[in-house]
Amino acid sequence: MRLLEYQAKELLAQRGVPAPSGQVAATPEAAREVAARLGRVVVKAQVSVGGRGKAGGIKLAETPAEAEAAARALLGSTLKGLPVRQVLVEQALEIARELYLSVALDRAQRCLVLISCAEGGVDIEEVGRLRPASLARIPLDPFVGLRGHHIRQAAHAAHLPAELGAAFAGLAEGLYRCLHECDATLAEINPLALTVDGRLVAADAKIVVDDNALYRQPELAAWGQEGEEPYQALAREQGLSYIKLTGEIGCMVNGAGLAMATMDITRLYGSAPANFADIGGGARAERVLAALRIILADPQVRAVLINIFGGITRCDEVAEGIVAALRELRPRVPIVARLVGTNQEEGQRILGQAQVLTAHSLSEAARLAVSLARPAGGQP
Amino acid sequence: MSILVDRDTRLLVQGITGREGAFHTAQMLAYGTRVVAGCTPGKGGQTVAGVPVYDTVAQAARETGANASIIYVPARQALDALYEAADAGLGLIVCITEGIPVLDMLQAARYVAAKGARLLGPNGPGLISPGRAKVGIMPAHIHLPGPVGVVSRSGTLTYEVVWALTQRGLGQSTCVGIGGDPIVGSSFVDILALFERDAETRAIVLIGEIGGTDEEQAAAFIRSEVHKPVVAFVAGQSAPPDQRMGHAGAIISGGQGTAQSKIEALQQAGVRVAAHPEQIPELVLKS
Repeated sequence: MRLLEYQAKELLAQRGVPAPSGQVAATPEAAREVAARLGRVVVKAQVSVGGRGKAGGIKLAETPAEAEAAARALLGSTLKGLPVRQVLVEQALEIARELYLSVALDRAQRCLVLISCAEGGVDIEEVGRLRPASLARIPLDPFVGLRGHHIRQAAHAAHLPAELGAAFAGLAEGLYRCLHECDATLAEINPLALTVDGRLVAADAKIVVDDNALYRQPELAAWGQEGEEPYQALAREQGLSYIKLTGEIGCMVNGAGLAMATMDITRLYGSAPANFADIGGGARAERVLAALRIILADPQVRAVLINIFGGITRCDEVAEGIVAALRELRPRVPIVARLVGTNQEEGQRILGQAQVLTAHSLSEAARLAVSLARPAGGQP
Repeated sequence: MSILVDRDTRLLVQGITGREGAFHTAQMLAYGTRVVAGCTPGKGGQTVAGVPVYDTVAQAARETGANASIIYVPARQALDALYEAADAGLGLIVCITEGIPVLDMLQAARYVAAKGARLLGPNGPGLISPGRAKVGIMPAHIHLPGPVGVVSRSGTLTYEVVWALTQRGLGQSTCVGIGGDPIVGSSFVDILALFERDAETRAIVLIGEIGGTDEEQAAAFIRSEVHKPVVAFVAGQSAPPDQRMGHAGAIISGGQGTAQSKIEALQQAGVRVAAHPEQIPELVLKS
């Protein structure tokens, strides 16, 4: 789960990482009031996606009236497909130089890495590809943690002025502590601004929290649930993993890898998936019903493709969920189901009495769903 | 021969008295796996499907000679179960549990390795050497003994591929799930090395998915170290960036971990990459 910028800055500030003075606002009037206190400000759309600046989500405002106008333009708009519900109004910084600093998960090395760079405000992966030497990637042993020499190496790579060594160390330690205390897999300050008056300030910040750890981060979990759509709340409550996509084949699958493979095959046969939906291991009828409720509520869905390979999941329980969904939801689009594995005979028997098309293999099911999704007389 | 488990494996089940633990213990016994002990703290002295339950892993291992463990413990207790298995000196630890926090796994993966144990998972289906031993949750009947080694980050997608192989008469030496989390105990490279050395394995099927760079590392390893034919499939070609596709590890982030990058790396290493799972047997037969 990626936190919003203002949330990330709040968590960092609590751990001694300075951010510009500012406040979040949900109305243009509130943005104006904040700007009246701070003077020259930047108004930044709060959406959890990168590249906000290029997409027009960050505006400079010289006066409170300009701040209000900027907030009015941003609030209620969508940025890269995400609704803007809040803006962060922050004092504009006088920046001498921009640096980069993060603590990130290195999956291949199975450790955290401290990453620093003398270039900030840039796409760090791009810098890593083009100029790998300008980047320091310092592995941190999970049993040793962040030490002084790691920080000195990072400062060196960022070409940090010697007199800022102590401030930089405090900031790096705060960043590292924040990652651990928030169960994050990424804590990034980009850019880290070196101001004209010689201070280090987090001009932008990104924190990605590990979803597996949300059970022990109730405050962060609550942040994630703010602004959730009703279908997202239903999916979360039912333990479903559902992501809306842009195609026309509604997919319901058990297991993430098989769900992706099922999505991919709809594309191979000339259509596209409307969603990713993993009902997980051991799904019972109730969860299947919830999944179909969410999938069938999507107006873009023209056919549903159900692919279940039962291991821990029992085909008969899935079939009962499908039958319940048909009874309750009365779908207006065709449903193709393919159930294999644990209790498959029982599952197929239950489905045999319902209005569901069945198939024996994944490719057969996918081809059938794609052909049914086309309007009558449409070109294959 | 098979890799990692066979008829001599003496298995201990952690979390044996739970719903999943009890169900799969019975299934593994029915397959012929030697399940010699179970462990659930506070339930020592009971039996599950005739298997004696102990309070601690150390005691269970001492009294039954268990040399491998499978963990069905819920996520919040699973980390402790992992450490307990490593401390008891078990050589193979298979963690089925999904949802263990990533930062916890950073320490646990190192600790288990330092103890000299091999860890599969977390968040995987386990492994099976068809006709010999099943240490996992996969449906047994889809497997067939034979010469194909299978290694995968996924659970049910592996079943799909194995079932396709079996229907074409292509049996399996061992099918290994390495798990779908960002931090897992064993990588593709670790398992490929075992298959390369295993005399019975004559071809290898690798099933990857978006996220991380494990497939790219596997490609580099195959190019220099693997002489047996390898066929691959990579799931997630239609996945958008920055969205976690169910598995905690299946996410394209910072332009890294795309299906395309993995497919290209594998193809450049001489691996035949299937367009969909059911095409895999055909490519195995050709190689």
